Amino acid sequence: MLSDKDRIFTNLYGTAPWNLKSARARGDWQGTAQLMAKGQDLIIDEIKESGLRGRGGAGFPTGLKWSFMPKDNGGQPAYLVVNADEGEPGTCKDRDIMRHDPHKLIEGSLLAAYAMRATAVYIYIRGEFSEEADILEAAIDEARAAGLLGPDACGSGYDCEIYVHRGAGAYICGEETALIESLEGKKGQPRLKPPFPALVGVYGRPTTVNNVESIAVVPTILRRGAGWFAGLGRTNNTGTKIFCISGHVNNPCNVEEEMGIPMKTLIERHAGGVRGGWENLKAVIPGGSSVPLLPKSICDTVCMDFDSLKDVHSGLGTAAVIVMDKSTDIIKAITRLSKFYAHESCGQCTPCREGTGWMWRVMERLVKGQAEIDEIDMLLDVSYQVEGHTICALGDAAAWPIQGLVRHFRDEIEHRILAFKSQVAAE
Amino acid sequence: MPTLTINGKEITVEPGTTVMRACEEMGIEVPHFCYHERLSIAGNCRMCLVEMEHSPKPIASCAMPAGDGMVIYTDTPEVKKAREGVMEFLLINHPLDCPICDQGGECDLQDQAIAYGTGKSRYQENKRAVKDKDIGPLVKTIMTRCIHCTRCVRFATEVAGIEELGALGRGEDMEITSYLERSLESELSGNIIDLCPVGALTSKPYAFTARSWELVKTETIDVMDALGSNIRLDARDNEVMRILPRLHEDVNEEWISDKTRFHYDGLGRRRLDRPYVKKQGKLQEASWSEAFEAIATKLNGLKGGELAGIIGDLADLESMYALKLLFRAVGSKRLECRQDGAAVEAGCRAGYLFNSTVAGIEEADLLLLVGANPRLEAAVLNARIRKGVREYGLKVARIGPAADLTYEVEDLGDEAALLADILSGHHAFSGRLMAAERPMVVLGAGALQRRDGAAIIGAVRRLADHFGLVGKDWNGFNVLHGAASRVGGLDLGLTSSGGIAAILDDAASGKAKVVFLMAADEFDMAKLKQAFVIYLGSHGDAGAEVADVVLPGAAYAEKDGLYINLEGRVQEGLRAIFPPGDARHDWTILRALSDVLDKPLPFDSFGELRAGLIADLPHLNQRDVAAAAKWGKFGSDKEPKAGGLGAVSSGYFLTNPIARASKILNEVQDLANGVPREATGTDG
Repeated sequence: MLSDKDRIFTNLYGTAPWNLKSARARGDWQGTAQLMAKGQDLIIDEIKESGLRGRGGAGFPTGLKWSFMPKDNGGQPAYLVVNADEGEPGTCKDRDIMRHDPHKLIEGSLLAAYAMRATAVYIYIRGEFSEEADILEAAIDEARAAGLLGPDACGSGYDCEIYVHRGAGAYICGEETALIESLEGKKGQPRLKPPFPALVGVYGRPTTVNNVESIAVVPTILRRGAGWFAGLGRTNNTGTKIFCISGHVNNPCNVEEEMGIPMKTLIERHAGGVRGGWENLKAVIPGGSSVPLLPKSICDTVCMDFDSLKDVHSGLGTAAVIVMDKSTDIIKAITRLSKFYAHESCGQCTPCREGTGWMWRVMERLVKGQAEIDEIDMLLDVSYQVEGHTICALGDAAAWPIQGLVRHFRDEIEHRILAFKSQVAAE
Repeated sequence: MPTLTINGKEITVEPGTTVMRACEEMGIEVPHFCYHERLSIAGNCRMCLVEMEHSPKPIASCAMPAGDGMVIYTDTPEVKKAREGVMEFLLINHPLDCPICDQGGECDLQDQAIAYGTGKSRYQENKRAVKDKDIGPLVKTIMTRCIHCTRCVRFATEVAGIEELGALGRGEDMEITSYLERSLESELSGNIIDLCPVGALTSKPYAFTARSWELVKTETIDVMDALGSNIRLDARDNEVMRILPRLHEDVNEEWISDKTRFHYDGLGRRRLDRPYVKKQGKLQEASWSEAFEAIATKLNGLKGGELAGIIGDLADLESMYALKLLFRAVGSKRLECRQDGAAVEAGCRAGYLFNSTVAGIEEADLLLLVGANPRLEAAVLNARIRKGVREYGLKVARIGPAADLTYEVEDLGDEAALLADILSGHHAFSGRLMAAERPMVVLGAGALQRRDGAAIIGAVRRLADHFGLVGKDWNGFNVLHGAASRVGGLDLGLTSSGGIAAILDDAASGKAKVVFLMAADEFDMAKLKQAFVIYLGSHGDAGAEVADVVLPGAAYAEKDGLYINLEGRVQEGLRAIFPPGDARHDWTILRALSDVLDKPLPFDSFGELRAGLIADLPHLNQRDVAAAAKWGKFGSDKEPKAGGLGAVSSGYFLTNPIARASKILNEVQDLANGVPREATGTDG
């Protein structure tokens, strides 16, 4: 249970204005120049020591990612790209950060860009977030006017410009290399890796792409020290995290909590519990639509961090907790996600382009029970044919919800097929 | 040099080699669709997945650089499963219309489905149907068959330099299209037919006319331009059904121009299939002996100087040589192979060759075009320049009229006097030319055909001398010819003083009484009205119209023959079909005529003719090499007059009798000229 003094996002609910004055009162932009004076390598080391793992879903260690950037670019540009294309169904944390606390992101961008020796920052923001983009741009203007950004940012001697780029509404542009393509003005399709963006990124230059939350927590980590951050949560899963709790709970909300909090505690304490009580719980998708769901039996005890959820064949993802009570048609719910992934597949590589549509169509039949029992295994096989065979992780994201469904609710699917058969026979 | 282990065996490869290439070097086949060695790597088909130790997922071998210590497996059950999976995905939405698909029999999808697929389908949903796109008269689209490998998109963007193809839509709704369904504006568009691994892009003119396995394939040389692209003629029942490129790294790589690919219907149209003799002002059908008698009568008592000959652009060496011998026998030396009036002269071979060689373009760092439009004069060579620009940092500048060449060109101006400026060292370009390590100058039709073309050639030669364009292992002086017969004709010395202009003037004034046209049609025939014209050729084109005697010859596809391309490369063309009707191989006609003239030529077979030819020109023995030519003095010492260089004719697709007879190429030319295409079907 996170105490208020350890909270990073103190204006997550917009109780105070987002502007610079208010942000400064909350502690943002204080001693930024001194933080930068520590030197680039020390900042990276500090972030490494804090154990911060990327908050965008994959959980890659942030400090390590920064250290892949070349130390000497020979005067050539390098970029920090902030991924604000928050599109994972169920996730709405970055939106609130940008809406209510944009200066955390801006200060973090400056520090991160400085540490990784980037020459400019692009914030690629989801197109639908038009209000947030306006706020972000206004906040950047504020910061620039105050001398915190732009040439000689904060009096550090380092020049930093931040550009806001609005997306056009494709989920796939949240994938870092597709985002880079889109930023360059091309069709948003993931690139092959290697080469990784740290070597060849935006306009062919070294680039690091970080999630909004990963960047926004950086100033506080540097101010309070890596030890403080690492002291929260548990080994390899340190710090705080914003959880987005939605679905069949009494009080859907965003909440910053310590990593590793038990799921049940999280839901009951912050979201007012499951509609109709914990016993009415059917399943939870713990980390945004792409991770496999967990049935109640696992939800009873599981803790919310990267490794605990991995151990139960799911994932923390973006920490978007989607709660489903017993009234849920779980097959239909997963079918909706399959449709989403079929719709959002970029179409570039074969398994995802063809497989997502196939899986969705089979799922549509399973909703009605209009299928054969052995088609469940076929569907599972198709999902394994997609998983791991694609250029980016969208193929995996499309496969996992179905695999989770079959793993935990196979009996329900079979039951529906048999019911449909007997209904047809009766007619 | 990285050493990696593939299926338990070690191999050391060049740095930068991909895992797929490394596998191929070991003789292990890795199936693939999207990968093409001349295009950028897309990695999207996922057919080439292989297992790599320590990698949780299989890797796309086409894109993964081979690394030291890598351990790769291509024969594990996991790889087999991955291939079967991809194959299944590719087939679920691919129509089962192989029996009516023109790609049938030469389809990558068919072949690999048999080799790597499971042979059965589990897909029970409805298949996707995609609307076909109209991308012009040459490429037919059946988009439901498309497997989205994007080879066509990459070819158009990278090689052809036209960003006209792309993907619209997302996921399973992704479609390859030209935006707004515009016709492709590239002279190389037909190559996407070859690149398409399935039957989504096929040849529109060839559609439903033949199956690949019933065609007789003849490997020969293209004559549509001077590049000498290596091609294959696919014929059935004495009719060429289609033309495909052959691989030749130093000439055309694996591309051919649309003119080369689609002129084949011209081989069967407007043909001269029997001799004609003009009686009462009208050409009338005649027998061979009548035709020969008419010629013999006219030549009887004629002085040598009164007989002149003009050689067309498509002639093979043997025919030209036979004509040269015939002319010598009747006492005339006045044979002219430069029917376009180009100022190149026989003699110093380096003075009329593309000395840097086509492949050499990739080594050059600076290229100056002088009155040249390679996109229209040799489209495939233009793609090579574009490759140099894109991949090897070649910079291109131009003196002459501006035109879009698909790559960046720095225009110095359309002014011949610039050559003198550059030579004097006062021009900004002089320094760059001096600093360049492997500079090239390319003289095109716009320069060669100018009245003072010889002066321009001379000025460029002085430029080459002054700026060190010619060195021990590099010659940067290049002439870009447009005619397949040109270098051969110049090697045979078939030039006359005053060129074609003098011949035409003499014919008009009556000094030249008899003019022999060997399929020469590309000049104004009005001046030949006074003269007795003998036309030996394959098509009823401009020359045949003014002829007094027409001798039906063979087109290039109907005869064996040697050709020398613009680099000086000797290549052998082979007969694919027989000439129609009474038409004969040109040399047999000339040999028979020589008997009637009582001056029999010294050969009785094609072999004897070729042996004689090679005895005269021993370098013909060296096939398929572009040997360095000795530098010397050529061109005029006069300064070129101030003024612009001519633009190359816009009638790109119709520059020779075969092309003009081709319905397909006429349609393409109309389109290029902006003539709207005929409305069809439901269109209104």
